[in-house]
This record gives sequence, structure tokens and C-alpha cells, in this order.
Amino acid sequence: MGLQTDIKLDVHGRVLVAAPSGELDHYWAERLRAQIDLTFEKASCRHILLDMGGVSFMDSSGIGMIIGRYKKTEMSGGRIVIANMSEPISRLFDVSGLSKIVTRAENAQTAMNMLGGAFDE
Amino acid sequence: MNNIKLEIAAVTENISISRVVAAAFVAPLDPTVEEITEIKTSVSEAVTNAIIHGYREKPGEFVQINFLACDREVTIEICDSGVGIENIESAREPLFTTRPEMERSGMGFTVMDSFMDSVEVSSRPGEGTSVKLTKKIGGAQK
Repeated sequence: MGLQTDIKLDVHGRVLVAAPSGELDHYWAERLRAQIDLTFEKASCRHILLDMGGVSFMDSSGIGMIIGRYKKTEMSGGRIVIANMSEPISRLFDVSGLSKIVTRAENAQTAMNMLGGAFDE
Repeated sequence: MNNIKLEIAAVTENISISRVVAAAFVAPLDPTVEEITEIKTSVSEAVTNAIIHGYREKPGEFVQINFLACDREVTIEICDSGVGIENIESAREPLFTTRPEMERSGMGFTVMDSFMDSVEVSSRPGEGTSVKLTKKIGGAQK
């Protein structure tokens, strides 16, 4: 995969687990957004678990993408939980005020528990 | 003193290249990982603005980036000859965006202001915009 940004998408019950990897800038945020939305709608998901463990860089384009998915889950009566955030991304969340609206979890399992789902669903 | 002048086609694929050059340019000054991230993020914000706001992704345009290091102070100037900014003060406000349809967060200048020591913006509508980012490596943490 190298330096390319990619995304792994899995559906567990009504939770869409999205795990991007690489650098989340404007170019990739646009592409990841389209892929997340397509699976979210196709699989009639309600919640999004965004696993950031593989993201090595993010700027405010990533913030915009996350706010957009936050609104999307709200419209379907669901929630978005962000897991495995690195220190720099965590700082960006604080600077942009995103920390105030989205829920964070230490890891994917904790996030899944928060969403009331299970990985074996 | 060191200086690199970089000119990139105004396409979003090139944003990552501007970050790589920024990181390589400051590396000899022995910055912390945090300082490198702050500089890379700020350059990414300014170059993204130039491409998607300045040029509205119009093909055939270029963004100029001038990297300058003097002692331990790094100055990076990002210039475009795009549409310019009508009201710089409003554009720098958190959440301000002219392209909400693109899910832009409007936090670009807020991020630059938080991560750099100074951010100077000069712009003329119809002529272009220049964003000058300055940071002292090893300087007092904000």
C-alpha cells in the first residue's frame, strides 16, 4: 500500500466500521467520504465507528469530513465514535473544537461497546 | 540561511508533496516531532486554500511556495494568483467557509494560527493571495 491512503470498511449489525490509513488531507478526505457514505447507505447503517489508528497525518479537511459524517449519523438517529486517535490528531480535534461534539474511545472495542454493537454481529 | 522555491500545479494531489518538502526543509534545524507536524499541517492548510479557494481547482494554475530558514526561524510563503479574499478578517474567523458544499470545516486559519508563531495574509480580489507562515524552531511553546 505504501504511502497511498486507503480505507477498510466493515459492517457489524448497524455499525459501519471505517478504518482509513495514510494521510487524511483534502484530496483523500473527498474520496474517503464518498466510500463511507456509499457503504453507510447501502448497508442501512445507523452508527459509524471511525478507527483512526492507521492515519499518520490529518489537517482540517479531515475535520470537515468527520463533521459531515457526524451529521449523517445524527440524521439516521445514530452516533459516531472515534477510536485510536494519535496525539497530533487529538490536538487538531482540540484546536478545531471537534472534541466538544464527537465521542472518542481509546480503542475500537471500547468504541463498539459505546455504540451498543458487537464485532461478531 | 537556506531557501527553496517550489512551484506546484494547483491540483489537490500535490498538497501532500508540499508537506513532504516542508518536513524535509525544516529537518536540518532538528525540530521536535510536534514542530514538524505543526509546520506540515499549516502548509497543508494554506496550499489547500490556494488550490480549492484561490483557483477553485481550475486547471493550468500554479501555487508558489517559498521556504526560507534564517537561524532557527522558518518562514514559508504560499502564493496564488487566484480570486483573492474579499474580507480577510472574516476569512480568518473559525468556521468561515465559502464552500460548505465541499464539507470544508472553515478551520484552516484557526489551525494555522494555533500551530505557527505568526500568520500574515495579504490579498487583492481578482489578483491573488499570499499567506506567510513563521515559526521559530525550538521557540517557546504556545
